[in-house]
Amino acid sequence: MKREVYLDHAATTPVHPLVREVMLPYLDEKFGNPSSFHSLGKIVKDDVDTARSHIAQILHVRPDEILFTSGGTESDNLAILGYARKNQEQGKHLITTTFEHHAVLEAMIHLEKKEGFEVTYLSPDREGLISVEQVREALRDDTILVSIMYANNEIGTILPIADIGKMITAWREEHKRPALRFHTDACQTPEYLELDIEKLHVDMLTLNGSKMYGPKGVGLLYLKRGIKLQPLQFGGAQERAIRPGTEHVAGIVGMAKALELAQANREAESARLIPLREKLIEGIRSSIKKTRLNGHTTKRLPNNVNISIMDIEGEAMILYLDAVGVYTSTGSACTSASLDPSHVILALGLPYEVAHGSIRFSLGAETTQEDVEYVLEVLPPLVEKLRALSPVSVDEKYFV
Amino acid sequence: MTHKQEPVKGTQGDVTTADNAKSWFYTDVVKDHFFNPRNFMLNDADEAEFDAIGKVGSPACGDELRVWLKVESGTERILDFRWKTFGCGSAIASTSIASVIVTENGGMTLEEARALKPQDIMERLGGLPQRKFHCSVLCDKALRDAINDYYRRIEQFDKIIVEASRIIDPVSKVTDKDIEEAVLEGAHTIELVQQKTKVGIGNPGCLPAVEELIRFYKEKYFG
Repeated sequence: MKREVYLDHAATTPVHPLVREVMLPYLDEKFGNPSSFHSLGKIVKDDVDTARSHIAQILHVRPDEILFTSGGTESDNLAILGYARKNQEQGKHLITTTFEHHAVLEAMIHLEKKEGFEVTYLSPDREGLISVEQVREALRDDTILVSIMYANNEIGTILPIADIGKMITAWREEHKRPALRFHTDACQTPEYLELDIEKLHVDMLTLNGSKMYGPKGVGLLYLKRGIKLQPLQFGGAQERAIRPGTEHVAGIVGMAKALELAQANREAESARLIPLREKLIEGIRSSIKKTRLNGHTTKRLPNNVNISIMDIEGEAMILYLDAVGVYTSTGSACTSASLDPSHVILALGLPYEVAHGSIRFSLGAETTQEDVEYVLEVLPPLVEKLRALSPVSVDEKYFV
Repeated sequence: MTHKQEPVKGTQGDVTTADNAKSWFYTDVVKDHFFNPRNFMLNDADEAEFDAIGKVGSPACGDELRVWLKVESGTERILDFRWKTFGCGSAIASTSIASVIVTENGGMTLEEARALKPQDIMERLGGLPQRKFHCSVLCDKALRDAINDYYRRIEQFDKIIVEASRIIDPVSKVTDKDIEEAVLEGAHTIELVQQKTKVGIGNPGCLPAVEELIRFYKEKYFG
């Protein structure tokens, strides 16, 4: 049998068996609608409330500060569109970065192009980091929202969210601008990073069930008490009428379990994955010439390896790897609808050639030493084969 | 046989749309030529051995293709077609099959080769996903570039055919015809035309001219 190595955990994770187990009753006898008055509904409503309290406890917030949504994209959209629209009398300036997830970026572009907002897009440095100072310099009296991701989904760099949050809090008080708020997309982080909201100093935070060994189609938005959002959809009183619609009960209960497991194991899992990550990076860089590690060497998620292999195109590499059972992804986007190369790699100030050759290996709970060794065994000959076909030879000065 | 391939629902295919609603599988022929490419230039080309060379694209726009031809003088049949491609799976496969098409059965004449269309190449591949049409089938353009190079070298300048269409972007070699076709297929903004054709991605200087053309064709066809 062909060996199968799944290294695309940043795209999505499998559902943890314990998560699956807690979800099953809601696909069976616990089918009631939480909004119903009868006991079948009441039981389910209690379970949703329990899941909400449980999540609130993990994030060190109050249960009424958790809104359930359909996933990361919706949470990002709700935070940005909802907050900007509701609070635009307070100012129409927004701040984000050029290498956010498209769920943030496209929402910002929409507000800029269609709704008269002004957006400042901060560029990361070549290592994929944003500094507190950069954010401070961009703040203005009419800034109402800053949205900066906790960790980048393509290159895995971890941004100083707590420091940025502290600075924004201080700025808000000093300039008497209560409307200034801070949102972060934390979808990539639950298995590895601190999610104690008190320590992060954020006003809104996005999480997604399907990237933490939970189910797909469910996410949440942490929304600090007192912050008003304009809903994106209408029709009921669920989630305080900010996000009406019958609750995805199985998903919510599953996500609560997934978040519990992820946060409980995060230190041990980080300690286990960092050496594997380093082994993979070292192995590729020592056996293949003309490569570049994208993103900071240490301020990165324990499971992320993003490497550009020069002179070949990412999609071709992904398909060759797929044929030997290694599942990875590329920012170079020929596999997705956009033919543009990765906006993240370009945001680092690197040329198109580097963006087209980028491959992301994202490790996960079931990744072993043997998996990494297998990749290191199959990758170099495939690179050699594709390079033999390629007319391109990128000069070192463009990617080092 | 057709050059268009029907999508399936969901994301299990090799190429997926942005909303993850539809995807396409590469055909077995595409996969065969992708994993076992024919006639590629193995080592650095000894240019003196060949009678003509052609080039299209750049790594900046995601695809670059070079071809080398050996041509029998007199009959003008293509005896050898070698290539190198930087690009995605379908770019590699389409160049590989084109190299077979022009050299099989004693080789095409330059005149026949000049008439080779992307659709012919895609048909032999058993179809390509719609969204791969413009970006990855470049070999007909590189081939015509090489044919002109051949006539230039033997000083038969009257046989050099400058494409009836006008090249708008010298890097991607996208022509006004390509833009016309993209507009007809529903790409009515510069972003959408770029998604279909890659025009200007490696050469943003040409974008004002592209915008002008989009407006022209939009008004021509859609009023």
